Amino acid sequence: MYRYDSYDQSMVDARVEEFRDQVQRRLSGALTEDQFKPLRLMNGLYLQLHAYMLRVAIPYGTLSARQMRKLGEIAAKYDRGYGHFTTRQNLQYNWIKLADAPDILAELASVEMHAIQTSGNCIRNISSDQYAGVSPDEVTDPRPWAELLRQWSSFHPEFTYLPRKFKIAVIASDEDRAAMRLHDIGLKLVERDGRIGAEVYAGGGMGRTPMVAPLIRDFVSEDEIVSYLEACLRVYNRYGRRDNKYKARIKILVHELGVEEYKRQVEEEFAHMRTLGLNPPVEELDRIRAFFAPPAYESDLSEDIDRSDPAFALWVDRQVAAHKAPSYAIVNISLKPLTGIPGDASAEQIELVASLADQYSLDEIRVTHAQNLVLPHVKKADLYAIWQKLDEAGLAEANLDLITDIIACPGLDYCALANARSIPLAQKIAQRFANAERQAELGELKLKISGCINACGHHHAGHIGILGVDRKGVENFQLLLGGSGAGDASLGQITGPGFSEDGVVDAIEKVTDIYLAERTQGERFLDTYRRIGMKPFKEAIYG
Amino acid sequence: MVEFLSFREDDATQEPTVTVEAFTGQSNSTAVRIEASEDARELLPHLGRLSLVEVNFPAFGDGRGYSAARILREAGYGGELRAVGDVLVDQIVAMRRCGFDSFHPAKALDDAAVERALTRYANAYQKSVDGRAPIWAKRHPENLDG
Amino acid sequence: MKILTGNDLVSGDVIWWAGDGWSRQVGDSVDVGQSGDDLARTEEAALRVVGAYVIDATVTEDGVRPAHIKDRIRALGPTVRPDLTLKPNDADTGNWVI
Ligand code: HEM
Ligand code: SF4
Repeated sequence: MYRYDSYDQSMVDARVEEFRDQVQRRLSGALTEDQFKPLRLMNGLYLQLHAYMLRVAIPYGTLSARQMRKLGEIAAKYDRGYGHFTTRQNLQYNWIKLADAPDILAELASVEMHAIQTSGNCIRNISSDQYAGVSPDEVTDPRPWAELLRQWSSFHPEFTYLPRKFKIAVIASDEDRAAMRLHDIGLKLVERDGRIGAEVYAGGGMGRTPMVAPLIRDFVSEDEIVSYLEACLRVYNRYGRRDNKYKARIKILVHELGVEEYKRQVEEEFAHMRTLGLNPPVEELDRIRAFFAPPAYESDLSEDIDRSDPAFALWVDRQVAAHKAPSYAIVNISLKPLTGIPGDASAEQIELVASLADQYSLDEIRVTHAQNLVLPHVKKADLYAIWQKLDEAGLAEANLDLITDIIACPGLDYCALANARSIPLAQKIAQRFANAERQAELGELKLKISGCINACGHHHAGHIGILGVDRKGVENFQLLLGGSGAGDASLGQITGPGFSEDGVVDAIEKVTDIYLAERTQGERFLDTYRRIGMKPFKEAIYG
Repeated sequence: MVEFLSFREDDATQEPTVTVEAFTGQSNSTAVRIEASEDARELLPHLGRLSLVEVNFPAFGDGRGYSAARILREAGYGGELRAVGDVLVDQIVAMRRCGFDSFHPAKALDDAAVERALTRYANAYQKSVDGRAPIWAKRHPENLDG
Repeated sequence: MKILTGNDLVSGDVIWWAGDGWSRQVGDSVDVGQSGDDLARTEEAALRVVGAYVIDATVTEDGVRPAHIKDRIRALGPTVRPDLTLKPNDADTGNWVI
């Protein structure tokens, strides 16, 4: 894992002091709320429905046990005993006091963490693949690139007041576990002629005009990625729309200019940028890379898993993924217990996962865009012990990628922008499909719920998506089918008129019935939908 | 309170600025003001005769002026580069890094807050136009010339 | 009636204008008539509230009821965590917002 040196530490420490100063100026009245708002947002502090909310960055989704433990301590000490893991590899605390915020940032800085640029119209937390470094199918570990870009984007002097927020994801395998093409810029690392470089996608995003990012450059080498991104951002900063915040994302610029024209402008700027010496030397990426060198895996371990306990065997089949090292495994921890709140974890659960990472996962934890956690380096021989401990803590749900592994935004229970509540609906759906055999029968089925058009819950990218709307003051839900945030990215289509909360649960049941009736051997829900189209589903729902 | 802040050795240019349109159309003015929506690159053929470029920030959240400043400095402009308009103390450091060397905010700034802001960050991650060695260069001194 | 709400500047708590100051209980709200926007400005300037805004409400058997579900949820707390609402011992409390 990356460790801060004195330079990195000096940056986050200075930010804590700067924010302490800003909060002081706000509390004394020297700053108005209008002036303070962008400053607090630059430190991830929102004013939400019930209180201030603090969003903490988990860069590229990687945490040490010590960092995780600190997140739990903060939840217990400053919040109401829990935190919410989001779809962008951040953690949100819902009940923060303004006066405490600087102390919380100081506690985070003590474990090399921060909330810098987790909101605001700047480059946000760089997200990545939760299996980075351990997945058998990657060409390289994407995290050194993500760390290089974390540093480049932090306090960027030119790009802190962009037209709108800017999200970057970096992956390095064909299977996209990070919804890379739904980011403002997505990098996919590839190998060409023995060299590693990035395919660059620009102009993806969700919100009210969802778009899948087109490829804008086939290959950017590691020693030029910074100047290339500066070029992309400069064109956006200068020409992205500022007259209408709903049209201010880069996706609209790329769309309005056309991909070819945006590319041309970027190339022109890049030709200039590459002469300015903006790129760190390759030694810098090498320095970062050394922190991510594979840990010392033990050899001569057993590769067998004792599957005699059927509940354990079920969990292994669902939650455990293949690791680069044959006697190790990747453990997915579900934060989607059937009656729980998707993505929420109590201080005790956070502490438990930290201690499991200490003991069994070479000190490492990952967080996923599907709001789950991962222990990336677990000996197969330890799986049973881990499962038992997770089970005791209510964290042994075996539903990865199944219909009850629901992504849900906070919705109207927490969010001031919401039209409808997402979480109670997620709970109702989970109850309806609680039967484990039924879930397994339905197979991979990604269900995603947003409480409003901003699409924090990725509803456009759900095999089944749900969007909360306001119908004359009453919560109402639209249903979408056929989205995907994976390598085969696509956007869901709305089925038709919306439903009440119970109505949408019934409609989902009808949709799954059609799938079961129509599927051919080996087809996932999404495949069947793509083959037979919307019509049969629509007939079943509205018939 | 500070009404005007300069980091230049020479005295601030007193000459009133003209619009980009007026400037590019006439030859004797040496001070120009660019608005957020204007293209700083239009000035590049005339840098030699400029002693002041004023960049207006209509609202602090409008970040186009940061790019305008860097574009001018990257092209070698060495005259005064002044940020005017909705310029707040929390933005001065980034503006300095983008090449601004004088400030005339619409609302005067608090001296102490300016002082704290200017001394707070000892380091910076990126190479920009302010001549500071970025952190990566300090980490790899053998590459400092790169 | 019109009532005034916002968040406490320091703690962020949801608060309601109770005539002579702010309360955590929506039930303490008073009708601010036409004076809500002025009150909001002076109270914001006095650093006692942030993000203050006027809403419609009615008085029912259960007390003051904001017209919009969003403000009812603000008044109560998250319906998915009854333990964190203002009525932690009432399991059906979430029904009040609907
Ligand atoms: C509760 C406070 C939150 C607020 C006020 C908020 C606000 C917003 C807004 C306004 C947008 C639309 C941006 C645009 O289209 O320009 C957005 C997008 C998004 N948010 Fe949130 N959000 C919140 C929480 C979350 C949470 C909890 C998550 C993760 C579960 C999240 C993840 C996202 C994602 C993935 C997008 C879509 C990005 C895109 O448009 O490309 N947000 N959010
Ligand atoms: S999708 Fe809408 S309701 Fe959900 S968190 Fe985002 S802004 Fe709030």
